[in-house]
Amino acid sequence: MTSPAVTPEIVAQHQLTEAEFRKIVGILGREPNHTELGIFSVMWSEHCSYKSSRLHLKKLPTRGKLVVQGPGENAGIIDAGGGYVIAFKIESHNHPSFIEPFQGAATGVGGILRDIFTMGARPIAVLDSLRFGPLDDPQSGRRNRRILQGVVAGIAHYGNCFGVPTVGGECVFEACYDGNPLVNVFALGVAKKEDIFYARAAGIGNPVIYVGAKTGRDGIHGASMASAEFTEESKQKRPNVQVGDPFLEKLLLEACLEAMQTGAIVGIQDMGAAGLTCSTCEMGSRGGTGIEIELDLVPQRETGMTPYEIMLSESQERMLLVAERGREEEVVRVFRKWGLDAVTVGQVTADGKLRVKQHGRVVAEIPNRELADEAPLYDRPHTEPPRAPQRPPVNHPPAPDSAAALLALLASPDICSKRYIWEQYDYQVRTNTIAGPGADAAIMRIKENGASVAMSLDGNGRYCYLDPRAGAMLAVAECCRNLSTVGAEPVAATNCLNFGNPERPEIMAQLVEAIEGMAEACRFFETPITGGNVSLYNETLGEGIWPTPVIGVVGLLKTGAPVTREFKTAGRAVILLGGVGRCDETQFGATQYAKTIWHDLWGAPPALDMDLEKRVQAAIREIVAAGLAESAHDLSDGGLAVAAAECCLGREGVGVALHFESDLCSEHLLFHEGPSRILISTGSPDRVTEIAARHGVEALRAGITMNAGLSIGNRGTALLTLPVDKLHAIYEGALEEQLRS
Amino acid sequence: MKFGVIVFPGSNCDHDAWFAVNRNLGQPAEFIWHDSATLGDIDAVILPGGFAHGDYLRCGAIAKFSPVMQAVRRFAGDGGPVLGICNGFQILVEAGMLPGALMRNRSLKFICREVRLRTGTLDSPFTAAAGRGQILRMPIAHGEGCYVADEHTLDELESDDRVAFRYVENPNGSMRDIAGILNARRNVLGLMPHPERATEPLMGSSDGLVIFRSMVMAAQLAAPRL
Repeated sequence: MTSPAVTPEIVAQHQLTEAEFRKIVGILGREPNHTELGIFSVMWSEHCSYKSSRLHLKKLPTRGKLVVQGPGENAGIIDAGGGYVIAFKIESHNHPSFIEPFQGAATGVGGILRDIFTMGARPIAVLDSLRFGPLDDPQSGRRNRRILQGVVAGIAHYGNCFGVPTVGGECVFEACYDGNPLVNVFALGVAKKEDIFYARAAGIGNPVIYVGAKTGRDGIHGASMASAEFTEESKQKRPNVQVGDPFLEKLLLEACLEAMQTGAIVGIQDMGAAGLTCSTCEMGSRGGTGIEIELDLVPQRETGMTPYEIMLSESQERMLLVAERGREEEVVRVFRKWGLDAVTVGQVTADGKLRVKQHGRVVAEIPNRELADEAPLYDRPHTEPPRAPQRPPVNHPPAPDSAAALLALLASPDICSKRYIWEQYDYQVRTNTIAGPGADAAIMRIKENGASVAMSLDGNGRYCYLDPRAGAMLAVAECCRNLSTVGAEPVAATNCLNFGNPERPEIMAQLVEAIEGMAEACRFFETPITGGNVSLYNETLGEGIWPTPVIGVVGLLKTGAPVTREFKTAGRAVILLGGVGRCDETQFGATQYAKTIWHDLWGAPPALDMDLEKRVQAAIREIVAAGLAESAHDLSDGGLAVAAAECCLGREGVGVALHFESDLCSEHLLFHEGPSRILISTGSPDRVTEIAARHGVEALRAGITMNAGLSIGNRGTALLTLPVDKLHAIYEGALEEQLRS
Repeated sequence: MKFGVIVFPGSNCDHDAWFAVNRNLGQPAEFIWHDSATLGDIDAVILPGGFAHGDYLRCGAIAKFSPVMQAVRRFAGDGGPVLGICNGFQILVEAGMLPGALMRNRSLKFICREVRLRTGTLDSPFTAAAGRGQILRMPIAHGEGCYVADEHTLDELESDDRVAFRYVENPNGSMRDIAGILNARRNVLGLMPHPERATEPLMGSSDGLVIFRSMVMAAQLAAPRL
């Protein structure tokens, strides 16, 4: 079969610029053939090469005393103590999930799980950060509901069958995600420290072995698709979305972990984006070696596949590994036991080149390092991010009474219970889940070393739209606060940067500012970024998403009964750690109150005092570790009133009476979203106060738990009084009601 | 008492069953691979939860042909206790070792949540240590747990006192709220809820231990050892 000639049109179709093409010609010393052009186009796509973001990603802190492996591998690794490590990372699957929600989300889970077990770690937890368009929009609501149902079913299908618990995450709705949902999946696994595997091809003459599913024509150019904006024709790209098989992935997991025990495996990498291309050249590049493969040996699902198709296929559930020469049989035997293909398709060479043969003839020959690591690097121009109006519009309708406002917030899709979603996930399999969905942070015990790891995902597009730098810092602060609230010390992080088209200077400005804000906060809170993912071109028909950096932080704590957010016993003192906080009209424009009650957005995100935040977190960790908190819940979306209401929704139905002496107007007092605040109930208020004082943190005695609903007052005036069962019914029923409509 | 945990390629609660028995119950347990034709020296079988062969066709439809299932059938025929949990229950009905079938949940969605079970009979090696009508808290996690059978079978299960557990609040549409049933000889139990996920306080409930303790007690009564 003759391959198409490489014309300027073909080059453009591959989303390579003229300058990029010239660079390719320079590297090869000749024009690339069609297969080579395809290989370059995926490796140099935004998705694989980070060409627009790399320059700025260097600003992120990546080192820390517990960091064993930082960015550059399949996942970051930190030391979890007792000879064990945890591997974790977050990745996006936004574009495929819009085109085909079920398979897009499912394969997103599959991809990140492979990244974890490639490192030799058994996945023990998954979290998802999801963004959808509004469910009740007259035009797009039906589609948005369908996308949500599909994404959730896809995540459930894959994770449940694979046997990894989905234990938390977030789910947010904004019009800007209407044509561009975000599906970010985080996974975490555990390995013995001496059993970590890396994606490096070493040892000249060692066999390169292909394992797992056969290669088909699915997913060709997925990476390039993920690097372009959406147009009306995007729906025709459905064939670009891969199809996942979680059972096969489960077999691959068990076989890989078992094969690693043989000691015969030198290096291993999953075939994710850009499939065989990416795994070969990246392993070679990291090992400083070449790799030669013969495509006739690659297990194929279809006949007549061209080298171009085989190299660019993104068929799922495949791995590439390098074994010690002479020990192939040990490896193959394990894969055979699990019913999987394991075929030697090539070998490690000394010349540093990726050499692809078919029928014994060379069909592509490219230097690994240039292909994998010398993609173009762009310092894209960036100006100012777009700004929202600084002042509140004057024509707001009069504020409803506070009780009605609280109920409206509890029923709003951002705040209401996501039980409908997470009950579809098996959040318990492997019996390590100590705190699961609905908690401030998920907590998983590590049976192997007796420790526990807490994790949380956070992002806030509203805040970041108003101020990308401050918004990113607030996301890091909140994520760390979630962990501290359950008693865990934040130690490391991973990030997923979801943005629009970086070729637009104002979008690039959002990216740069968000990265810089994240870098500053991660440095301050000592949570180095050990890996992550950048997803750009999240635009449909020229309409970009809000800048949505999502951060995932992991923390360590002792294994024990978790401190959860719900009040447990009547008659306990309730303390607002950090006090009522500050707010003004400008900052109130970023709140869920402004969104839900006034359908508006203006001003700036809440002000963050990082030093205070750090002290509040140190205080709550000490309070929790001392066993003094019977419940603890941090204040975030919806502010004080929503947090207090959420604390009343436990099985026991214990309510609370809170009273304040504050200068803030009632809306601000109840609903502002100033950070650095945690609501706790305790039987030992004096000891809590003493610890807080030692950290220089206000411990405001705000009230007492009781079996009589939720009431909040200020300066002698009752602001709201509501029965717990009413809060409960609205909070629990809202999402399902919206999905049914 | 030595437990054998059967491992199909897609079992994913096998380690949980092992952990519950070995660590939380304090009894020896070992894994048995699905293509093994014999069970070895064990006193009880656990068919754990998961997706035995992916279950894209029908849950348990392929697993019933595994060599190990012949051995399990013989083991049960000799009176050995067999506990099928979730996917294990599905395999037991597919293999014809228990009556009825397990269909998609009424909601057509996978459901993971804690449920309350009412103990239906004390006359079995799996419930002997329970109190009469004892309420047990443990989770379910399944997409196909709606128990169905014809009226005659359901009547017979009830008249023979073979309904081991019923849901207090039926989560999946199961007929007559059935969560777990016994075979006629009362030595095979299949149930959709996960007792192995409720075997220590950190899991949120220890009620599942009642089932495992019953098995140990029954074995001791049947064959007292020194």
